[in-house]
Amino acid sequence: MTRISVRVDGASYQDDVEPRTLLVHYLREQLGKVGTVVGCDTSNCGACTVHLDGEAVKSCTVLAVQADGAEVTTIEGVSRGGELHPVQKAFHEMHGLQCGFCTPGMIMASIDLLQDNPDPSDDEVREGIEGNLCRCTGYQNIVRAVQLAAGEMRGAPASDGHVAPAVVDTAAAPHVVGQA
Amino acid sequence: MIPAPFEYARPTTVDEALQAIAAGGEDVKVLAGGQSLIPVMRLRLAAPETVVDLGRVAELRGVREDGDALVIGAMTTHSDVLADPLIQQHAPLIAQATETVADRQVRHRGTFGGALVHADPAGDLPAVALALDAEFVIAGPEGRRTVPARDFFVDYLTTAVGEGELLVEVRVPKLDGQWGMRYEKFNRVAQAWSIVAVAAAVRRENGHIAEARVGLTNMGPTPLRAGAVEAALSGAEATPEAIAAAAAHAAEGTEPSSDLNAQADYRQHLATVLTRRAVTAAAGL
Repeated sequence: MTRISVRVDGASYQDDVEPRTLLVHYLREQLGKVGTVVGCDTSNCGACTVHLDGEAVKSCTVLAVQADGAEVTTIEGVSRGGELHPVQKAFHEMHGLQCGFCTPGMIMASIDLLQDNPDPSDDEVREGIEGNLCRCTGYQNIVRAVQLAAGEMRGAPASDGHVAPAVVDTAAAPHVVGQA
Repeated sequence: MIPAPFEYARPTTVDEALQAIAAGGEDVKVLAGGQSLIPVMRLRLAAPETVVDLGRVAELRGVREDGDALVIGAMTTHSDVLADPLIQQHAPLIAQATETVADRQVRHRGTFGGALVHADPAGDLPAVALALDAEFVIAGPEGRRTVPARDFFVDYLTTAVGEGELLVEVRVPKLDGQWGMRYEKFNRVAQAWSIVAVAAAVRRENGHIAEARVGLTNMGPTPLRAGAVEAALSGAEATPEAIAAAAAHAAEGTEPSSDLNAQADYRQHLATVLTRRAVTAAAGL
């Protein structure tokens, strides 16, 4: 066992971990931070994305011992005083999700992207979240959500008419009814 | 999945790291950013006895100038490479290729040296290092030695870094002035490995191509130089026709693999197309 000290979502922890413990398992199983999920377990899907010293990382591909002395922020630590983070709010308002499993990682990757590029184009948003897979939405409303949040965080008006949820509701597509 | 148990060492200097490797037993793995090693350990394709984590070895990080070369510390992350003004100025080919490596989360952790020592045939940086005639500084119990890129990549996932050794830094000659560069990568989906990619650096002089260097990614177990293309381009007119004629030689002498993504003959076709595009762009056409 190896002793580690980490700050997670603003609280300090000291724990003994096996060196082989993955950061995501430490967060979920030892600290109860189950807002961070395990998706693919192969570093592809990005669902487990957290910030390590302010940078987005896939916590299934970091050992807990590598986080010793570091500051970790999970999806559970991004709201402030009961107020959702602008990116969380935008995913809600733009309906940037369907099943919601990819959402914690999407939001953490998007916050990281907006730190580097506060005013990304649609293409830059898509490239910025290339490490996060969503199998429900087709990404349309996710991109809209990131754009809305970017505007909000820059202090721009909340909506300029360009940014609105997609009008097509795929859940109501007619061919599904026939099969049901 | 969780890696098999291992002993963990976290040195803070290169000397300590070499001692930890020497004391680590039969099967020692050096952990850089972990973006290839940790997945491989999770799948139990590797189950080392000891892992030596270089994360605290500060002397291995950063980019500096040394005369007519850039010196890139092995533990410099891809993100730090991308943000470095010296790289942008003197080796934009490295920046272009690094930008295509995986995704931003992986680039925050993954390192320049780690990617080169891992030497995955589909990795982007080996062909770039080969095209730029980089030199690899390797530390071992007997001291340091320097290996040119053409001798560094030995076989599939195998480099000149021997047991008990580690890569310290990579020296990249500055290519300033009339050099143009381009990395052209073909893959099917975002964040995926290269199916084939081409790294080109071209020096133009009086409407002609004075010198060209072309590195190929994933056209064999190691990165390759497209020697026939380079020879055909040397002294050629800088025209689309001359470049296309030279690029037609790109697959000569290559033995790429066939896999889920592409058959070998398709890879050979891609090599010619991507070489034409990369050289054309590098020549400023």
